[in-house]
Amino acid sequence: MKMTKNYTFSLIAIAVFAVFLVVANTFFDAFTLRVINLCAIYIILALSLNLLNGFTGLFSLGHSGFMAVGAYVCALLTMSPELKEMNFFLVPIIPALKNLTLPFIPALIFGGLAAAFVGFLIGAPVLRLKDDYLAIATLGFSEIIRVLITNAQTITNGAQGLKGLPRYASTYVVWITAALVTLFMALLMRSSYGRAMKAVRDDELAAETMGVNVFRVKVTSFTVSSFIAGVGGALLGHMITTIDPKMFTFLLTFNILLIVVLGGTGSISGSVIAAIVVTILMEALRFLDEPMNLLLFKTQGLPGLRMVVFSAMLMLVVIFRQSGLMGNKEFSWGMLKNAGAVFSHLGKNKGSPGGGRRGSRGGRDA
Amino acid sequence: MTLALFLQHIANALSLGSLYALIAIGYTMVYGILRLINFAHGDVFMLGAYIAFYGTALLHLPWWASLVLAILCTSLFGIGLEKIAYRPLRDSPKISIMISAIGASYLIENLAVLLFGGRPKGVEVPDILGKVISFGSVSIVTVSLVIPVFTFALLAILLWIVNRTKTGMAMRAVSTDVEAARLMAIDVNGIVSITFGIGSLLAAFGGILWSFKYPQLNPLMGVLPGLKCFIAAVIGGIGSISGAVLGGFLLGLIEIMTVALLPTLSGYRDAFAFVLLIVVLIVKPTGLLGKRQAEKV
Repeated sequence: MKMTKNYTFSLIAIAVFAVFLVVANTFFDAFTLRVINLCAIYIILALSLNLLNGFTGLFSLGHSGFMAVGAYVCALLTMSPELKEMNFFLVPIIPALKNLTLPFIPALIFGGLAAAFVGFLIGAPVLRLKDDYLAIATLGFSEIIRVLITNAQTITNGAQGLKGLPRYASTYVVWITAALVTLFMALLMRSSYGRAMKAVRDDELAAETMGVNVFRVKVTSFTVSSFIAGVGGALLGHMITTIDPKMFTFLLTFNILLIVVLGGTGSISGSVIAAIVVTILMEALRFLDEPMNLLLFKTQGLPGLRMVVFSAMLMLVVIFRQSGLMGNKEFSWGMLKNAGAVFSHLGKNKGSPGGGRRGSRGGRDA
Repeated sequence: MTLALFLQHIANALSLGSLYALIAIGYTMVYGILRLINFAHGDVFMLGAYIAFYGTALLHLPWWASLVLAILCTSLFGIGLEKIAYRPLRDSPKISIMISAIGASYLIENLAVLLFGGRPKGVEVPDILGKVISFGSVSIVTVSLVIPVFTFALLAILLWIVNRTKTGMAMRAVSTDVEAARLMAIDVNGIVSITFGIGSLLAAFGGILWSFKYPQLNPLMGVLPGLKCFIAAVIGGIGSISGAVLGGFLLGLIEIMTVALLPTLSGYRDAFAFVLLIVVLIVKPTGLLGKRQAEKV
């Protein structure tokens, strides 16, 4: 009985959201629409990082590198020969790529595959490392990727970047991709692969004694995460319509990490909610950077205040509420019904990490 | 390449390597005791340079006085940073502390943008340090000569503190085993604070000398040197002070020499350090002078 009721709620919620997207796509101005689409892209990126950080326990800081690979490969495949000629005015592009043009969806998949391939190559040596060494090595690789892209002038157009990409990442494309990725993550986490990943996260040694091939699970997780990151990067490129190496610095990884931590490492719905909240806040708080009139005194423009707020937010969450918004629980309708009770419940249950794995049924997963 | 040119490059490599070494020591000491990559160390370095700059520019102090002021302030800042950002999380999973460190680093950078402005600031190099001295055909700015001298002097003092004093003994004890050290009535929190103080002091020193060598300040100036110096510490064997110095010099030498010998690779300069890091981590994860630690289950 309760199950069907929850499913009805979920279906209604999804339908309402779909209608909202249609309305937004038709009536909203370009800026608002762009923020809405950015939410979807950040959902994709946050889920891919959460797969590593939250579900497999691999602390990776190299996400911007995989996004860059995905974005560049996809962009080079979708650009028309004339557009390539216009972009590569300093040094001509290598002939092999010049006349190669694919439709958007295959190009997007190739972008993801390229990122996954790079992730696989990097993962094999790097995943022997643990914790902070892993973090710094992945960060190193993403920097290396960025430097390579900056210097490979005949393929990537170097520091000038690629401009005027076709705006293929429409509202429907990004949100359908986000929904697919969310669905994929939800299904993955219920499969034996997902359980193996969680086992590796919770105790590597115990997982190994239970017959889990730890290294293979790690490489799989890393590769899949790179694929999703590549797709996210490609979508980002085709939404902004410009990519250059400076876009893919550590700051981008930091933004995604912020979302994952705020939402709760190990919670799919947490990442989804936090991605939406953070993306909207990032735009809504832009007024902080501009001159303000606070009745008694006027401030000059304070460029940077917005980012101060975000970094402070990250620190406060890590210090005072490490589990983030959702901890490793998932959203469920029951949670909304007695939100007050849930909070006291959370407080009581803090000590038992195994206690909160149930209840991902229904909800925003699909 | 003529001999003179070669010597010129060696001189450059030596002074850059010394700066790397100064900062790397801070990483290695903190890591040795807390097993934590202090991501904000590069920003402490930046802060030191800025305080010295404001000491001279706003308070009109002589350069040596603002240097002392900056070192003291930065040192206190480092101690405070540990108290606020790292101490509450000492018993949490490693990932949480790292996220806190990354957050702290971004907070400091963004606060610096807010307070100091994002535009680069020109530093006035004191006359003594800005002179150009020529040895035959090799010409060196005095500050490049002063940097290695200071580095070795500070290294000697530091090694003396760590190996000969009671505080140093406590530091080594905490780094070997925190719990056992606490049982021996060592004030672990105090030792951690002292470590952060010393590390930040050296970072400030490095930052100020850096700003005399490359006379421009910006709020993000600490990011890349910070990462590179962490890499230097890993190469030398993290936790070992002499290792950090060795790693710093090695990194400086490799960077300068590769660009000097193979100018076509200069675009890749910032990637060398990372390539080196990955090679070291895969081939010899304990670094050149590091000790192997058995993993406790």
